[in-house]
Amino acid sequence: MSRPRSQAEYLARLVPPSVAGLNRRSLLAGAAGTGALLGTGLLAGCGGADSDSGAGSKTVSLGSNASDPTPKDVLAKVTAGFQSSSGIQVAVNTVDHNTFQENINNYLQGKPDDVFTWFAGYRMRFFAAKGLAGDVSDVWGKLSGYSDAFKKASTGDDGKQYFVPMSYYPWAVFYRKSVWQQHGYQVPKTLDDLNTLGAQMKKDGLNPIAFADKDGWPAMGTFDILNLRINGYQFHVDLMAGKEAWTSDKVKKVFDTWAGLLPLHQPDALGRTWQEAAQSLQQKKSGMYLLGLFVAQQFNNDEQDDIDFFTFPEVDSTIGAKALDAPIDGYMMARKPKSEANAKKLLEYIGGVDAANITVKNDPGTLVANTGADTSGYTALKKKAAELVGSATEIAQFLDRDTRPDFASTVIIPALQQFIKNPKDIGGLLTSVENQKKSIFTS
Amino acid sequence: MSDLPLIQADRAVPPPAATTSTGGRGRRLRLLSRTDRVVITLMVLVPLLLVIALVWLPALATVLLSGTNWDGIGPVSEIDWVGLKNYDDVVNIYPPFVPAVQNNLLWLAALFVVATPFGMFLAVLLDKELRGSRFYQTALYLPVVLSLALIGFVWQLIYSRDQGLLNAVLGTSTDWYGDSNVNIWAVLVAAGWRHVGYIMLLYLAGLKGVDPSLREAAAVDGSSEASTFFRVVFPVMRPINIIVLVVTVIESLRAFDLVWVINKGRNGLELISALVTSNVVGEASRIGFGSALATIMLVVSLVFITLYLATVMREDRR
Repeated sequence: MSRPRSQAEYLARLVPPSVAGLNRRSLLAGAAGTGALLGTGLLAGCGGADSDSGAGSKTVSLGSNASDPTPKDVLAKVTAGFQSSSGIQVAVNTVDHNTFQENINNYLQGKPDDVFTWFAGYRMRFFAAKGLAGDVSDVWGKLSGYSDAFKKASTGDDGKQYFVPMSYYPWAVFYRKSVWQQHGYQVPKTLDDLNTLGAQMKKDGLNPIAFADKDGWPAMGTFDILNLRINGYQFHVDLMAGKEAWTSDKVKKVFDTWAGLLPLHQPDALGRTWQEAAQSLQQKKSGMYLLGLFVAQQFNNDEQDDIDFFTFPEVDSTIGAKALDAPIDGYMMARKPKSEANAKKLLEYIGGVDAANITVKNDPGTLVANTGADTSGYTALKKKAAELVGSATEIAQFLDRDTRPDFASTVIIPALQQFIKNPKDIGGLLTSVENQKKSIFTS
Repeated sequence: MSDLPLIQADRAVPPPAATTSTGGRGRRLRLLSRTDRVVITLMVLVPLLLVIALVWLPALATVLLSGTNWDGIGPVSEIDWVGLKNYDDVVNIYPPFVPAVQNNLLWLAALFVVATPFGMFLAVLLDKELRGSRFYQTALYLPVVLSLALIGFVWQLIYSRDQGLLNAVLGTSTDWYGDSNVNIWAVLVAAGWRHVGYIMLLYLAGLKGVDPSLREAAAVDGSSEASTFFRVVFPVMRPINIIVLVVTVIESLRAFDLVWVINKGRNGLELISALVTSNVVGEASRIGFGSALATIMLVVSLVFITLYLATVMREDRR
């Protein structure tokens, strides 16, 4: 469930997997009699569109979810760079972003490409633990320019690296400079400051905090940042791994704090898409918006310089405000690549400075993970975003990348929506989450 | 049903022996040539195999998988058997389940009570050869033809809280899709919009097939328009009525696409089919749990299918 990176991708996502893939037939039939096994079997069959153009040592295949024009173009330029430097042909197999993610289980168990796109986080470690991904520790031996936080995010449970980071984006509170100057607002340093600021914005006729959760995932960002501020990074990791109880006082405190902030949020969030909320910020109807850097897409080109952000303020002074969500995208290697040597060469190139420079030059929407890259082409906003992440003590990957996908999508999304609808019954809600968590994590 | 006796061997009618090439090979008198037998065997066997492979085996697999906790990863031999745990979880700790059942029932009621009769009513009107009836037909049927993604998008434009047509026209700020007390009705309007066109076309086709002399006879006997329809036309249309009924039931059981396009069947729009999808398809891969939901849905469908088949078979026997 990565964030849609463009309007086109968002629209493409409106098309249910039913239409995009062939799942629906089998599923609807599943309603009337056909079942899951057939569906998965069929998908496994078509998951790995194998492009084995001769198992020669001069080719390597790359499964890509970069189906949008810009990322696709960037990847084409990166692979062209690799081809000219190494002489190895890269066969890129691009699949629609959402379809790729939905079919990942079958893809990896079928005939995956030698190298494929994925995200850092729980799922990456899960695939590594299940033996569905190849160990790339020796590639890491040759890489430079990565902070420890990125290396940690690329490491599996066994201490080996399974992932090469490429790009990332931070979650922060965005606002329009012109609006803030007009009213003389100051960046809040603590939760109390934020409350005061929100009250002032209400007086000034603004929605203090833009908010949308129709798609289910944006509210995870709010939960994450409050949890990181109140309970710290390690608790976030343990909670996501199912080791901590959702009924604990610590989690309750997160929801209580959130309930206190809800009156400052845009009402009726469950019917609104993040684009609509972002547009309310763009139209100067809302004062601020906690979202990923991709919020900038909803602004016109001449307004880009007017966007600014701050990291979510401190709630507990013993915890501080140094941790944040900054999902990392990158590449992994299949468990049995047709040519392991070529796959590793490709990963080394992708993780290197040259590939990062190509990305910076061609994709205005991402921050590259390699600090050795020439980032003089960054906009002021991107420079500041890179600084923010660089100064972070811990980087979380976002709730749905940090925990089991079944837990995130079938339990947490409905639970957060229920909370937004009725913030009063926190106890009952958390008991329900905990019961479902026990059932899912023990299975 | 059919009046063409393909194989009426036991009717003791002297077989048209001349046409069958028995050639004195068989000891008994064969009614069917070898080619006929091969063809018939194939005609039975191929669909049978298809039905078994595409319907029965997967259905059985779904039922079996519903007793496991398979996550879609790893070989089948590693699947753990968990008994009825999934069903227990569905009923006791899965909050969306009860609303989903309620919504499915509501869906059935709304289509049955409002959309279907309205579609039939429109068909009766259009059958009157109004001027421009072709145009109305097309306009009413159009929603059925439109692609799902487009329909989702069209209604998003209408129902959007901040930028939607409906709130702009009414001057309200109702959260049509987000307020869980309202959104199911908003979606039912959209679903009804499609269903009316579908039923209208089905029924219109049936009405065109009604023998006009029946109506004339009724008119001669002094029957009013209304009583002609209810006493004469409606009973004659029994086969079509049954089809319409079945289509309505099926549509409400498999209702899925609209809510999925809107918000993946969450927050007031839960439907069993959407729950099955969100659990089984995609990254979640709670296949065991999703299969339990699918099995529940299968059982519900079976009730309706059994009722329908029982009615149809009784019909045939008469």
